[in-house]
Amino acid sequence: MKSLTRLLPYLARYKSTLYLGLLAVIVSNLFTVATPWFIGEAIDELKRGLEKGSLQHTDLLWYAGIVVGFAVVAGVMLFFTRQTIIVVSRKIEYDLRNDFLSHIQRLPLSYFQNTPTGDLMALATNDISAVRNVLGPGIMYPADTLMTLSMSLVLMFVKDWQLTLLALIPMPLVSYAVYYLGKVIHEKFNERQEQYSVLTTKAQENLSGARVVKAYVREEYEIEQFRKASWDYFKKNLVLAKAQSVMWPLMFILVGLSIIITIYVGGLKVISGEMTIGTLTAFMTYLSLLIWPMIAFGWVTNMWQQGAASMKRLAKIYDTVPTIRDTEQTDHGIDSIKGDIEFKNVNFTHGSAHTPTLQNINLKIPQGSTLAIVGYTGTGKSSLVNLIPRLYDISDGELLIDGIEIKKIPVEVLRKNIGYVPQETFLFSESIAENIRYGDDDAQRELIHEAAEVSQIAKDVADFPQRFETMLGERGITLSGGQKQRTSIARAVLRRPNILILDDALSAVDTYTEETILDRLRNVMKGRTSIIIAHRISTVKDADNIIVLNNGKIVEQGTHEQLVTLNGIYAGLYQKQLLEKELEEL
Amino acid sequence: MSQIQDDEILGKAYDAQLMRRLVIYLRPYKWQVLLAIFLSIAVSGLEAVRPYFTKIAVDVNIANKDSKGLLTTTILFLLLMILRGVVQYYNAYITQKIGQQTIFDLRMELFTHLQKLSLKFYDKNPIGRLITRVTNDVEVLNEMFSSGIVMVFSDVFMIVGIVWFMFSMNAELALLSLSVLPFLIYGTFLFRKKAREAYREVRLYIARINTFMQEHITGMLVDQIFNREKKAFDEFEKHNAGHRGANIKSIFYYAIFYPGVDLIGAVSVGLIIWYAGGNALQGSVTIGTVMAFLQFNEMFWRPIRDLSEKYNIMQTAMASSERIFKLLDDTSFIKESDRPQLFQNVAGKIEFKNVWFSYNSEEGNENWVLKNVSFTINPGETAAFVGHTGAGKTTIISLLSRFYEIQKGEILIDGINIRDVSLSDLRKNIAVVLQDVFLFSGDIKGNVNLGNDEISLEQIKSACRVVGVDKFIDAMPKNYDEEVKERGSTLSVGQKQLLSFARALAFNPKILVLDEATSSVDTETEILIQSAIQKLLSNRTAIVIAHRLSTIQNADTIVVMHKGEIREMGTHQELLLNKGIYHKLYLLQYKEQEAA
Repeated sequence: MKSLTRLLPYLARYKSTLYLGLLAVIVSNLFTVATPWFIGEAIDELKRGLEKGSLQHTDLLWYAGIVVGFAVVAGVMLFFTRQTIIVVSRKIEYDLRNDFLSHIQRLPLSYFQNTPTGDLMALATNDISAVRNVLGPGIMYPADTLMTLSMSLVLMFVKDWQLTLLALIPMPLVSYAVYYLGKVIHEKFNERQEQYSVLTTKAQENLSGARVVKAYVREEYEIEQFRKASWDYFKKNLVLAKAQSVMWPLMFILVGLSIIITIYVGGLKVISGEMTIGTLTAFMTYLSLLIWPMIAFGWVTNMWQQGAASMKRLAKIYDTVPTIRDTEQTDHGIDSIKGDIEFKNVNFTHGSAHTPTLQNINLKIPQGSTLAIVGYTGTGKSSLVNLIPRLYDISDGELLIDGIEIKKIPVEVLRKNIGYVPQETFLFSESIAENIRYGDDDAQRELIHEAAEVSQIAKDVADFPQRFETMLGERGITLSGGQKQRTSIARAVLRRPNILILDDALSAVDTYTEETILDRLRNVMKGRTSIIIAHRISTVKDADNIIVLNNGKIVEQGTHEQLVTLNGIYAGLYQKQLLEKELEEL
Repeated sequence: MSQIQDDEILGKAYDAQLMRRLVIYLRPYKWQVLLAIFLSIAVSGLEAVRPYFTKIAVDVNIANKDSKGLLTTTILFLLLMILRGVVQYYNAYITQKIGQQTIFDLRMELFTHLQKLSLKFYDKNPIGRLITRVTNDVEVLNEMFSSGIVMVFSDVFMIVGIVWFMFSMNAELALLSLSVLPFLIYGTFLFRKKAREAYREVRLYIARINTFMQEHITGMLVDQIFNREKKAFDEFEKHNAGHRGANIKSIFYYAIFYPGVDLIGAVSVGLIIWYAGGNALQGSVTIGTVMAFLQFNEMFWRPIRDLSEKYNIMQTAMASSERIFKLLDDTSFIKESDRPQLFQNVAGKIEFKNVWFSYNSEEGNENWVLKNVSFTINPGETAAFVGHTGAGKTTIISLLSRFYEIQKGEILIDGINIRDVSLSDLRKNIAVVLQDVFLFSGDIKGNVNLGNDEISLEQIKSACRVVGVDKFIDAMPKNYDEEVKERGSTLSVGQKQLLSFARALAFNPKILVLDEATSSVDTETEILIQSAIQKLLSNRTAIVIAHRLSTIQNADTIVVMHKGEIREMGTHQELLLNKGIYHKLYLLQYKEQEAA
């Protein structure tokens, strides 16, 4: 429950509305609870009239008017209760969700690599809505319940305290039963949901592996497996159904017990003349008023427990401190960088890995030069370039930009000056223009077209149904690997970066187009720094400096000619490349 | 932004044709259904009789100062309550059970049906949508099968029961207190409609929030690197605010509706009291009647609310069942031969005779993927297929297992047309190893024998030993019981390759189809893979889409494909002498491997 105290600042924002809501709860209850009193009076009046033998339509009209009038006031107040307390809960839900996103936006790349997207999604949806339940119904019902309960009890006690006590005997049982069964149902519900995801996974695997299933004639087996999972799900559902089915009948029996006690004991009192028939009627009405508060009591307790558990999970995220951010050592006077990069004895180890990914990297990339990085998969090429926009921080050594320690440069300034094309291209399901505009939000249409021209995606775009406004993804078209890479290059080029990083960003582009792109890039990047990771020699051969990485170390370094004569890894790759070129010309 | 997925489109709430088909699924449980209907009527009756007891207690027992009679009435009342509770429990449980049994049957039918559909069907339909059919769409029907059909009886009987009791007590008072009913019914259905619309809007925004979150968590790198956090946040805020707005709208409807119901109830109470005041003297209204009516008054609105909910349930159920039935009616099966030929002790001779094939079977619109392809592979021999991407190599191996039907020509194994044998006999004799290895979640041994009990643990182990993946398995804590995650995410590319070889070996077929993976692996694994391939190929007929020079050189025949046609065929030496396409390919791609 302690975790819920974190919500107080959120509640404080809507303080006055909430007070108004509570006031509405009180007033609406005053009028609701008073009604049975008048119904009781009316019955007594009726009885008196019958005994006296004089009764007019108008005699009871006053009571009828009160019942309706009170219902109007109570109804209006109830309306205000919902319009304040429940509406506030939705507003806080909105705040919480916004804060959630803005917080995770500050977390480093490594966090997302270690946290399944599904977990974060569950937090943003299920957990926040569990917390919302506490804030809305979780506040409204207890307030309501407390009011109804205390007022009805006072009135009932005034009428007849003995009968009140007797009639109330089953009521705590109602609360406890709801609380207990609610817990069981929640538990069984979760178990059922888990089995449902097992079932979904099973279907998903079977359908995506249809080819293997058919090739090895495993259909019967798969059906049997699915039947088992499905049957398990069936059984879990029945267990849940049992728990759910018991809830209401039990409730009715317990509440019925109260009514029976009232009728019998109250009836005896009426017979002996200790009580009027009107009071008995009022009692019955009060009891029916108390049913819902008793149920709500147990129900709300569960809600609070679940909300607290969810808040605890959310707090864990909110308490994760972003590791890559501006600190005291940041020099906020720096507002741009030129692009002179230097690695001095840099070592880098991923999170909790045992072996370092990069070892003893010494490398100078002067402003305006082009560096190319080659090497086998998994040798640390991507890790090396990821250090420059501070997607990761170096473990030790020094990384200098323009001669300044990288951590002194505000993260935003640093990244603003870098155009980065990641190895795995990621485009959003928005229009092509929007995706390119990611590079520079203020870019005019002409600049976007220009960038698209440089990256050679413009020609493809011309064939799309709505040109640059063509949507990508589910709601639009699917791009080929090469098209994705070229769009992603346009995005980076658009920001006219002082440092451009292409992480194997031309792998799906044919060699002819690649040459054109590189040619255009040379123009655009004149005087700026470029870093290119590639497997093809054709991509890298014109670079000012080429390094070959192997097992996290720089093993060869120099220009194309120098490396070819070195006769090492690079020369080997070059041989193969030559032959491939011949193939192109066949 | 108003695009709604077709899964969300709702139509009418009742469709006689769909309903007739749905009711068929209830047939095996007809006795349970009858029992449930009987029980729900009983619950309604017992519920409606309750206020009657109050009347007896007040008008008969209390009015006559009969305390003994009061006790009897109360005890009867108590027994009635307990009986009602028990009946209600069984009713609720049985209704749920009926629903669950029915959707279990339907789900199995759907899944079994999906297993029979051909690959062509899978090529056309996104997996995500099929999963929704099997899971969510079936789930939606549960509510209709359980509460939807049975509970309607209960609600209707409840209303009828209350009305009957009321009229039998005092017709005039009944009419008077029922006079508010039209308002209640109209209000409830209007509220349902509004609330449903608001709810759909809420769901639409939830979907947008989820899509946005999903995309921007996956693409967080891009947001961060391009300083787009603020921009993305602003956009998210819009969806979030929309969600808030839709919810507030729905709160408004609830805020109007619930007090409204209370008010209508109060008006009815007022009418009862007012009427009683005028008529009690004539003796037509007793105090007990008034009290009973006050209770009836409270009981009315629950069945009305329930009935209005049924509309929702039926509407979604109709939409879901329509999609499910559409899938069940799709019969793109590979047609099995009526009288399949015996297919045993296969030697493994493969012949393609003038085979033409197109993925698009529409006549006149064919985009031929294979054009007049003919070749023969003798038992025990290996044929290596080489050529560029899109040359038709993969298609050839799909056709051999009869995943697709050819348009012209014939494919023979041991001289028998593959159309004349049963699909399972055919495929049991062919092991397929694909480039992109598909592993199932489960354990290692299950991924080797694919749940085939005829393949013992010993055979699994020996297959793993032969392909050389045993050392790695032995190094794992639970060995052959080691868990394999979805798609084998914890295993390396090389390990997955080797496991798929072990799988093929364990099934020990006469014919092997191998699509060699191109992905680069470390030298050690590469050596393992090469030697495993040699072992796989020995003693069987094999079709290999080859990328490794060692595989190609050792092949008995090399088939060079180009744009759906066979351009060259022969041994390595013959083709080299030929100085054709293979010669060039060899120089460009494979010589390098030889050097390494």
